Amino acid sequence: MNIEGVRAIYLFEMARMRRTLLQSVVSPVITTSLYFIVFGAAIGSRMQEVDGISYGAFIAPGLIMLTLLNQCIGNGSFGIYFPKFTGTIYEILSSPISTAEILIGYVGAAATKGLIVGTIILLTASAFVDISIAHPFLMALFFVLTAVTFSLFGFMIGIWAKDFEQLNIFPMLVIPPLVFLGGSFYSINMLPPFWQTVSHFNPVLYLVSGFRWSFYEIADVNPAVSLAIVVGFLVACLSVTAWIFKTGYKLKS
Amino acid sequence: MAPIVSIRNLTKRYATGFTALKGVDLDIEEGEILALLGPNGAGKTTMISIICGIVTPSGGTVTVAGHDILADYRKTRSIIGLVPQELTLDSFETVWSTVSFSRGLHGRKPDPALIERILKDLSLYDKKDTMLRHLSGGMRRRVLIAKALSYEPKVLFLDEPTAGVDVSLRKDMWQLVERLRAAGVTIILTTHYIEEAEEIADRIGVINGGRILLVEDKKALMTKLGRKQLTVELAEPLAAIPPSLAPFGLALAGTGERLVYEFSTTGERTGISSLLSALSQAGLRVRDVSTEQSSLEDIFVELVGEDR
Repeated sequence: MNIEGVRAIYLFEMARMRRTLLQSVVSPVITTSLYFIVFGAAIGSRMQEVDGISYGAFIAPGLIMLTLLNQCIGNGSFGIYFPKFTGTIYEILSSPISTAEILIGYVGAAATKGLIVGTIILLTASAFVDISIAHPFLMALFFVLTAVTFSLFGFMIGIWAKDFEQLNIFPMLVIPPLVFLGGSFYSINMLPPFWQTVSHFNPVLYLVSGFRWSFYEIADVNPAVSLAIVVGFLVACLSVTAWIFKTGYKLKS
Repeated sequence: MAPIVSIRNLTKRYATGFTALKGVDLDIEEGEILALLGPNGAGKTTMISIICGIVTPSGGTVTVAGHDILADYRKTRSIIGLVPQELTLDSFETVWSTVSFSRGLHGRKPDPALIERILKDLSLYDKKDTMLRHLSGGMRRRVLIAKALSYEPKVLFLDEPTAGVDVSLRKDMWQLVERLRAAGVTIILTTHYIEEAEEIADRIGVINGGRILLVEDKKALMTKLGRKQLTVELAEPLAAIPPSLAPFGLALAGTGERLVYEFSTTGERTGISSLLSALSQAGLRVRDVSTEQSSLEDIFVELVGEDR
């Protein structure tokens, strides 16, 4: 095992985060604070409690998930897309390092960054609303699994993307609607039956619901199902990535 | 001694249908400097990329120090260094961090003293904290070399190391190659510059259209294929070549005061003595005689031309 190689990639990626501190940390904190001011304080004060929880507290897990998904997909995709774009990927490809090691380096760094930012958002949220965590272990499990899975998903996007336009499709166009319609800001019980059914096809619903259950023990779907969906998605991403490296898809000619 | 790099029937056909390599066989001896000459699109970069792991071969085998490049990629890649043709570097990294990164990537523990020595050797040390995007083209080339040397490779591929490089850097580069050879590193370089091959290589391979046309010891190649030119300066200019000299295929040069005779040094007879006696029989007075060896460039153009 090329431990030094994994370390080199991991630290290289983490150094990029330090260089772009404003963009990677400050910006999500400001965005989340704005959500809490608008939805939590301004609108939330005129809203009833949802399932016995204040509206501000209710939306906190969803907001953390939104940031986590965006961060992980963004970092995971950019980390591998950029060397492809500049050509420095030649060095990775010609190194004595295995697929699994490359993945651990890139995906590990993207997930770490996502978790750091997610934790900062959690702390920011608790400055605005009262947050209690009923099942800390489960919460951490959801947190880490989601970070790893979506960093891996981002990695795949980074390999697939031909240009910056494609690179941004998921974080800009796909994730926000899924998060907004996935019960981040409401319980899907508030929806008409038809839209409740549609919502069940949205994978993000399971993430947000399971994550919220670990906080307040309220959920739109069974938390076990949520966990199974996350693990299933992780396995799917791992399989696709293994195939990418086996065939050299878009990496090697 | 077994060759350090052994290439057998290597082929590469790209997805576009273009066949870059059509069955290359080549053995590279440990410690030698091999120059690969060839026009653009000859397959030089494809061959190097396959050996280094950047391009997947379509057929054939390559072993490096006895290890297969696909099955034993960890072993082969940890002893191969590559300086690519393109100046591909991260923009926002510093010289020091990118060189250290390369060392780590190749599984070596950090060694600041070594990195410092490499940077000093390449006149990069005073730029160690400079961001790569602020470096000139020549400096970026040096950084790429430093990166490849950071993990002490035993076999070093230099893909057109002096393309677009000024004269002083080119001379530096040649000295560096000499030093590396002295340290026992095997060096394979591709180049368009024939003078470069002539200057530093032990052996020269000519590649064109995805095939190796020949690999020869540099001196042997130049003697074997070398053509010489004999120039005879006459005391009085000639208007035309006398008919008695026609069999020699002479050319009249200048304003008629020079006769040029081409001969092969590899032929059994050069024909020089008979030419000289024919000249005196024709009553021509000779003032001076000089010979010129054709350069590698002429040899190369001849070879690649024949191949077309």
